[in-house]
Amino acid sequence: MSTPWQRFFDSDVWFSFRTSPVAILAALVALLCAFCSLLAPWVAPFNPFDLAALDLSDARLPPAWSPEGKPQYLLGTDDQGRDILSALMYGARISLLVGLASVVLSVVIGVGLGLLSGFVGGRVDAFIMRTCDVMLSFPSILVALLIDGVGRALFPNAHETLAFAVLILAIAMSGWVQYARTVRGSTLVERNKEYVQAARVVGVAPWRIMFRHVMPNVMGPVLVLATIQVATAILTEATLSFLGVGVPPTSPSLGTLIRIGNDFLFSGEWWITIFPGVVLVMIALSVNLLGDWLRDALNPRLR
Amino acid sequence: MLVFILRRLFQASLVLLTVGFIAFMLFQYVGDPVLNMLGQDATQEQKERLRADLGLDQPFPVQFAAFVGNAVQGDFGLSLRQGRKVSELIAERFPATLELALLAAVIALAVGIPMGVYAALKRGNVLSQLMMGFSLLGVSLPTFLIGILLILVFAVILKWLPSFGRGEVVAIGGWTTGLLTVDGWKHLVLPAITLSVFQLTLIMRLVRAEMLEVLRTDYIKFARARGLSQRSVYFGHALKNTLVPVITITGLQLGSLIAFAIITETVFQWPGMGLLFIQAVQFADVPVMAAYLCLIALIFVAINLAVDLLYFAVDPRLRVDRAGGGH
Amino acid sequence: MSTESPERPLLEVRDLVVEFPTRQGVLRALDGVSFSIAPGEILGVVGESGAGKSLTGASIIGLLEPPGRVAGGEILLEGQRIDKLPDEAMRKIRGRSIGAIFQDPLTSLNPLYTVGQQLIETIRTHLPLNETQARERAIRLLAETGIPAPEARIDQYPHQFSGGMRQRVVIALALAAEPRLIVADEPTTALDVSIQAQIISLLRKLCKVHGASVMLVTHDMGVIAETCDRVAVMYAGRVVEIGPVHDVIHCPAHPYTLGLMGSIPSMDGHSERLAQIDGAMPRLHAIPTGCAFNPRCLRATDRCRQHRPELMSAGPTRAACWIHADA
Repeated sequence: MSTPWQRFFDSDVWFSFRTSPVAILAALVALLCAFCSLLAPWVAPFNPFDLAALDLSDARLPPAWSPEGKPQYLLGTDDQGRDILSALMYGARISLLVGLASVVLSVVIGVGLGLLSGFVGGRVDAFIMRTCDVMLSFPSILVALLIDGVGRALFPNAHETLAFAVLILAIAMSGWVQYARTVRGSTLVERNKEYVQAARVVGVAPWRIMFRHVMPNVMGPVLVLATIQVATAILTEATLSFLGVGVPPTSPSLGTLIRIGNDFLFSGEWWITIFPGVVLVMIALSVNLLGDWLRDALNPRLR
Repeated sequence: MLVFILRRLFQASLVLLTVGFIAFMLFQYVGDPVLNMLGQDATQEQKERLRADLGLDQPFPVQFAAFVGNAVQGDFGLSLRQGRKVSELIAERFPATLELALLAAVIALAVGIPMGVYAALKRGNVLSQLMMGFSLLGVSLPTFLIGILLILVFAVILKWLPSFGRGEVVAIGGWTTGLLTVDGWKHLVLPAITLSVFQLTLIMRLVRAEMLEVLRTDYIKFARARGLSQRSVYFGHALKNTLVPVITITGLQLGSLIAFAIITETVFQWPGMGLLFIQAVQFADVPVMAAYLCLIALIFVAINLAVDLLYFAVDPRLRVDRAGGGH
Repeated sequence: MSTESPERPLLEVRDLVVEFPTRQGVLRALDGVSFSIAPGEILGVVGESGAGKSLTGASIIGLLEPPGRVAGGEILLEGQRIDKLPDEAMRKIRGRSIGAIFQDPLTSLNPLYTVGQQLIETIRTHLPLNETQARERAIRLLAETGIPAPEARIDQYPHQFSGGMRQRVVIALALAAEPRLIVADEPTTALDVSIQAQIISLLRKLCKVHGASVMLVTHDMGVIAETCDRVAVMYAGRVVEIGPVHDVIHCPAHPYTLGLMGSIPSMDGHSERLAQIDGAMPRLHAIPTGCAFNPRCLRATDRCRQHRPELMSAGPTRAACWIHADA
């Protein structure tokens, strides 16, 4: 009897992974970014939020390989003398955390509603599906903007945590629909199977059995959707922050950094905005690649 | 067919009503509706009078009905930020956004469809791989970053194109257009490209996936087995079947273009509805938000309906009644 | 009675080998298939699912799906090799010299074009007729296949026809350019039982009238018995018996054929249980050495397990079985 680990390493999925150089590269990049950003307080060369440590005379320095650059500021500094590399790491941390949190919330809401819709059926099902249809016809960015705007209007002097909560909720609300539909589909299929009816007769709570049987079936597609959605969530958060309606200014994410740097584009200090942009794209790209690979690996038709 | 149209109209009005309801909730309960109507500088007396006029002590359904009545006439009160009528503001900005969105749609279709067809027909080709790589990049690059990069290259470094505003516009009746001046076009190029990239990649991927699916069908196999020419099989049979779902999905995307314009307009300071909306969100300018919401809903519903009708026109299976036809 | 026709055969397949490279290595789906078809003859190819019947048909018309490829052997049409032809040359043969009919009439026709458009297109690809002449010919073909009111129905879409009608249209399409050979892959499997007989007899009649040979691939022995002149029995990618229909059915020489005939329930006679052949056809990556049937054969010897038998004379038929080695 093989252990789950043995089965995993024996599976088609792992084979597909280790023979795909793209997937491995993407995973490495994603891991590197995650590592640097989540461990930013320990890994970053400077703390960009420590106002005492900032030296204005070091402001607006180009990257270290330029003639005017200084070696300790590898990617240059911004107008306040903050090291760009460190700001990147802290910013990426915020971006990743918000992105992951909103996807988790999205999955919970979506899977939950999907299960409910499929299992209970009737009016509840119809209502949830109508809602899905309406929400699908609105672009996600608009939904996120609206929720954020409403939150802003309701709580004008919000605490930072509340601001984050509203943001995460806003991004989550724009993405839950796809999970709900997938899970509902699977639930409907399982619900009609005989073992569910048999369980009902015996008196076992059918929802518990369905959970055990529906979940394994949907985990694959949900995982693929979630992976790709992490990239979308990170980009949505960056967009919202760029527009000024995302994370609070005290905790700048990559989007905020890009917005700040945008003002210096015309004076030639391109590094303040481009480097955060590059990191943002790197993260999104590697996550998207992983998602693409995962979808192909889990697709039985392509095997 | 008539039944179908009626049913869709009914669904559409339900959606509009729901959205209107949300907008109403925003209007009444987020912030002060009296302020929303009169603006920040109203006197106490004016506020009292309006409160009575509005009948804020009236039962809820009555208030909602009043709101809907006003909304249908385009009256959403005054902007909190600018003190002007919301409807005027939106009417002013609408042409800018529409021109931008339309041009972006044209670019996305004109480039995306051929790229998708090529990538499907010449799988494994170097150019196809590049296209797929480009599409992956397109999905990983946020729209605002594309705008910034284009500005950096074309406006800052090369100094070929301007980076903000609409340039010279010509007013025709109530409409202002930038399409009649060279300056207007120069200002349109970068924002339109920026806005189109996301759609372009979506369309390209969709066309490619759809075409690959179609190429696997029995009727294509049968067409080949009958000795039809390559061109006939690919462009006569396969492409036509591919485009049917693609055109309809693209129609739906037009609506999301108008929404994504928010970002592009911010980056390029394009004086459209999107920029207005963002400023409203930043300022918590509720009347503008409510109005924008209703307008977008209307546009979406109208586009959805048009797309459904388009489907009818294009796919014979939906049009003609099924006949038995014997054995 | 000979098992081969005396005149030069229309189609000759010699030692055809088809391989599929997979992750587990190269799999041989067809391993030395040989048979011939005379002009005007109907050859049945029968066997279980996975025996390689459809692959044989696909290889003959040159539509083998990659990664499958012809790895050995020859296919000759009227003495000319067609297995190594370039694409364009093969395309000319398809439809004009060899026609094909596939299993599912529902998916064999392009839903977006009328039946007439598809017919006329096929006709004009191969024959130098103008639009009007092609249309007349199409109407005549439809009438021949038994479709009532063909002048009206020619302008209808496939979904307006029933299953049986559609398959008649498919037959008309296959015969449109007067091919000499028709490869029919399970033409009645997807149809109602009541219609199957009609379609099969139609196919037989039309082929006699137009002078076309037929390679009829099916798993249904009843159809073979009704329609074919000769039959080839396939097992695990090989031909195990071939001969005149009457002889193969009533005096099968190969143990597998014997088992097949025995498992057909008869109306007369008492039988309590349905006779089966124990075991199952081997998967492609686990084909036994020697004779592929030996694990299931009640009369297997050591020779059968070690050496693979070629087709050898076994009375009126030819069978690949060592039992007949010393005949």
